Amino acid sequence: MDWRRFGFIALIIAILFSVMVLIGRVQTSPIVIVTSMMATTIAVATPLTLGALSGIFCERAGVVNIGIEGMMLAAAFFGWLASIYLNHVYKFAPLPSLIGGVVAAVLTGGLFALLHALLSVTFKVDQIIGGTVINILAVGITGFLNRQLFFEEGSIFGGDVPHAPGTLPRIAIPILADFPVVGRIFDQQPITFAAILLVMVTHFVLFYTRWGLRTRAVGEHPRAADTVGISVERVRYMNVVIGGLMAGLGGAYFTLESVSSFEPLMTNGRGFISLAAMIFGNWTPFGAWAAALIFGAAQALQINMQFFREVIPPQLAILQISYVVGLAPYILTMIILTGIVGKTVPPAADGQPYEK
Amino acid sequence: MTDEIVLQAKGITKRFPGVLANDRVDFDLCKGEIHALLGENGAGKTTLMNILYGLYRPDAGEIWVNGRQVTLHSPRDSIRLGIGMVHQHFMLVPVFTVTENIMLGAETLHREMGGMPVTGWQRWWQTIQLDVLDRQGVAKKIAELSHQYGLDVDPDAMVGDLPVGIQQRVEIVKALYRQANILILDEPTAVLTPQEAEELFRIMNQLRERGVSIIFITHKLKEVMAVADRITVMRAGRVVGTVTPQATDEAQLASMMVGRNVILTVEKKPTQAGEEVLRVEGLRIRDARGLEAVRGVSFSIRAGEILGIAGVQGNGQTELVEALTGLRLPHAGRILIAGRELEDLSPRAILEAGTAHIPEDRQRHGLVLPYAVADNLVLCTYYQPPFGVRSVLQPKAIDSYAGRLIQDFDIRTPSAYVAASKLSGGNQQKVVVARELSRPIRLLIANQPTRGLDVGSIEYIHREIVAMRDQGIAVLLVSAELDEIMALADRIAVMYRGQIVAEVDAQSARREQIGLWMAGVHD
Amino acid sequence: MQLDNESRGMFWRSVLSAVRAALRAMLIPLLAVFTAMLTGGVVIALAGGNPIAAYVGLFQGAFGSARALSETAVWSTPYIFAGLAVSLTFRGGLFNIGAEGQLAFGAVAAAWVGYALPEVLGLSLPPIVHLPLAIGAGIVVGAIWAAIPGALKAYTGGHEVINTIMMNYISLNLVSYLLNGPMKDPDPLNVIARTPLIDENARIPPIVEPLRIHWGFPLAFLIACLVWWLLWRTTLGFEIRTVGTNIEAARYAGIRVKRILVLTMALSGALAGLAGAIEVTGLNYRHELGFSIGYGFDAIAIALLGKTHPLGVVLAALLFGAMRNGATRMQFLTQIPVDIISVIQGLILLFVAADRIVRYLYRIRVAEERVVLTRGWGG
Repeated sequence: MDWRRFGFIALIIAILFSVMVLIGRVQTSPIVIVTSMMATTIAVATPLTLGALSGIFCERAGVVNIGIEGMMLAAAFFGWLASIYLNHVYKFAPLPSLIGGVVAAVLTGGLFALLHALLSVTFKVDQIIGGTVINILAVGITGFLNRQLFFEEGSIFGGDVPHAPGTLPRIAIPILADFPVVGRIFDQQPITFAAILLVMVTHFVLFYTRWGLRTRAVGEHPRAADTVGISVERVRYMNVVIGGLMAGLGGAYFTLESVSSFEPLMTNGRGFISLAAMIFGNWTPFGAWAAALIFGAAQALQINMQFFREVIPPQLAILQISYVVGLAPYILTMIILTGIVGKTVPPAADGQPYEK
Repeated sequence: MTDEIVLQAKGITKRFPGVLANDRVDFDLCKGEIHALLGENGAGKTTLMNILYGLYRPDAGEIWVNGRQVTLHSPRDSIRLGIGMVHQHFMLVPVFTVTENIMLGAETLHREMGGMPVTGWQRWWQTIQLDVLDRQGVAKKIAELSHQYGLDVDPDAMVGDLPVGIQQRVEIVKALYRQANILILDEPTAVLTPQEAEELFRIMNQLRERGVSIIFITHKLKEVMAVADRITVMRAGRVVGTVTPQATDEAQLASMMVGRNVILTVEKKPTQAGEEVLRVEGLRIRDARGLEAVRGVSFSIRAGEILGIAGVQGNGQTELVEALTGLRLPHAGRILIAGRELEDLSPRAILEAGTAHIPEDRQRHGLVLPYAVADNLVLCTYYQPPFGVRSVLQPKAIDSYAGRLIQDFDIRTPSAYVAASKLSGGNQQKVVVARELSRPIRLLIANQPTRGLDVGSIEYIHREIVAMRDQGIAVLLVSAELDEIMALADRIAVMYRGQIVAEVDAQSARREQIGLWMAGVHD
Repeated sequence: MQLDNESRGMFWRSVLSAVRAALRAMLIPLLAVFTAMLTGGVVIALAGGNPIAAYVGLFQGAFGSARALSETAVWSTPYIFAGLAVSLTFRGGLFNIGAEGQLAFGAVAAAWVGYALPEVLGLSLPPIVHLPLAIGAGIVVGAIWAAIPGALKAYTGGHEVINTIMMNYISLNLVSYLLNGPMKDPDPLNVIARTPLIDENARIPPIVEPLRIHWGFPLAFLIACLVWWLLWRTTLGFEIRTVGTNIEAARYAGIRVKRILVLTMALSGALAGLAGAIEVTGLNYRHELGFSIGYGFDAIAIALLGKTHPLGVVLAALLFGAMRNGATRMQFLTQIPVDIISVIQGLILLFVAADRIVRYLYRIRVAEERVVLTRGWGG
């Protein structure tokens, strides 16, 4: 990641924040708006960050994964289902139920990733098709089970959706969170903190450890790795599954951290957008995180805009239509993929099955 | 050289779908010798070496290393036994540094070699491969090794930025770092200038002095005569015999290689050059990375003559050919065909101006492999009558045309509707040649037209190129094989770092002089 | 006379070998469908349902009566168009995941021409003009919508997989806006995001009243033949397939690759837009939000199940139509949610994509043909 790119990201985020400040300043002080925007940005960037990390693990090892969307959706559902089960059937307290839910979500992601690895590494299926299979299966299974288990007569919960055990509690970082106003940024929920931590861990693993060296070698030149005795298949399997675990944690964000309910198709393209963040971040963890923050800021703008709908000046009336504001992340993704802010280079063997 | 055998293959047989690549092959290597394995493309040399390196498992046969029978499951096994291999296409990650490339797969070797203790925690991190890379330690070790063997490499350089000759050294150091005492070099001189090849031979001799045993794979007769202690010749998957350079000569080796007497020279009449067909003025072209690969090239070719462009690969020849065929846009300069400057430099405009192109990589550019032979034969003319009439394809016309070409060019294929991928390399190239030469053309651009082909196909293609010249067609021949240029060209231009550094008449050209020009040395 | 006999014999032999080739091509997809149904049955049983009752219900719902057959045809019609749309891009080396958005916009455009154009022009259009205009609008809008990611791919390298997905979300937002706002059915009783009914003159007539099967169904077959002809009998088709099989060789052969990429996407979008327009003019007589959701992924499954061949696509679309249609009756009879069909379709796609699983399960040893459809992010 070059510094120009980080500068561009900072600029976009600054613009999005300024728009919000300009609109909201008649009601609220700019510092409060910026702080609230920052806190929201970091929080809503969480699934994108985790999705991008998932993509980085897979693609650095040479496996394209467009199934992240499906992995997140399935993880969101099964994590939520597990938390309800633990809470209602096994009578766990809410917090342990939620933690159990997160574990279930992470494992779901890993399991779907295992299927992706099976398809793309063992069966050498076209990897984009493999990812599409994951996406379609995830939509089908979550839709089917959601209805079968909760809404049908005679189903386990008798057509009666029980209350989920809430969402994961916020954790305030001591001292930092005690600052007035800006302290809010350091008062987040656990998956958000975990995502930021994982960005650092991934960076370290990729660039400073033996694992990372081998992973990158397999993604760049699998035959070279093979000729020095590294098992390309094994490295790809491991990284794809680790990527799946990350996507699973990202899925948990939707139903265990953000809200406490599940809706079909609720991931809403975040898995795909996180791939764009990965590409824009040039397949590096910090770059991808920065790119995820752009999308987070766009979404934060949309969320915060709702509080200020009445004071939107007439010149910006178009922003009153929430459908139009909602387009921002998608259009941003397409602009970024054009490479007008500089082309990025994928791992050389990305997407190619390895044939001996 | 001693009589102690360090590596022995007994009765190795390896079958691929449709091919018997190795048929009961016996081979042995003594300690401290350079044993050349000679054979033409497709003779089974590389297959044998991949088996000895653990990349393929043989269907039958035994491998003995240092007097013990071994089974090689993967390169890991052969590396442990001290076997190192430098592949024809380097096994280096371009975006890694020299150090990273060398340590890959042997990340902690240096620690154990240095006798440093590995503590419990470190062992645990090692098991899950999360131990931190010791780049400095490895770099130091590399510096020592390269000093010891006179192989100069900068451990911190990015491999992709290094010239091929240096990359090859990195490969050798990589093997030595793994304590290899048996070294397999697969076609190591293919990418080198004659001078770089000399340097490599010096290194090989030095390694031999230090007790390293070397298998040297090649199809170049001059080289084996110069450097080998023993020569084993393979043909069509079998060993034909083993000789010493003292007891043989090039002609005998050539007939062992091919199975008949080979005419080493191409017969051709003196040129009857006519008027100018292609003129290039001050051409400048950037490569895929945006660097200037061709820096102001000018030349011209007349009807009925062959201009050969000699040069080591990667000196701008690929970009030059791409520009002349419309695949890459030059950013300066002019291209004139028959005296008219081309306004539209698209591939189709150039094609329609009467240019034929035999591309460097037939499988990537020249053919659509899953397509039927017939479709490949009309790949450039499918839209012209009689094959395409008012945007509708005419299967009957394509069919009869394909039948005619298959006969005229002796393309060995079960039918016109077999996928091109099913054909042998030589017949695939014949499809390309048939297509390109059967159009009304006045300029032929042939880039490495015989690369990877067997001798029979090479002879055939050489004859076709000379026949075209005799019919009054201007030919631009680009080849990294100096012998090919010397044999075919009427005039020779040498490319070095994106420029034509010398141009001579083929009659008066001396091999050594051209070799020096190719290396950038000027008198 | 003898010669005539001989040529007739050759004719039959070639027909026979064609049939044999078709059967061989269909073997793996059929087994994939069978395996997926079997696995789906296990899923049903695990979720507490009776798989046999479910499949009996499914079959009855799909083929049990004239009405059921007509409904299967009705369901299959947009699937054929959309499946053709996706398979065309596969042949051209592209992956159009955006059929859903193109279909939605095609439907919106057709609906607008259907209900608003006479008013805008201030005159009533005869059916011979109005209906083709409505369908044409759908085709054009679908083509434009798909040409955007095509152009981005050709001229900037932006990957069409992500871009078409992004455009799905954009179209969903925009269509929501239109159907809730400017194009909303003004009927005071209406609370749904939908357009007004289209003019009588812009409707495709049903084939046999009172069944809903309409002339769009035979049209789909015609279009399938047309797509086949385009791909294998025209120079444009040759260009599309060459770009799709070996883009470097296509450039070498003088084909204008960028233009072909855009054109392939536009043609695909035109087919998807046609799907939407036919649904509006032949079936619903309006566009309603949510109707188009899921078509994109179904179309991919159909294209792959049909091995991206127009004939295969038609067969796969009929199968998917039958399943979607039969599912309603299955849910009515057995309380198993219709969503199980999505699971089965996912499984079908899984087994078609990973045909080595199927080959292994049934010990089939037919020469493997692997098609690389996509090319990673780089190219």
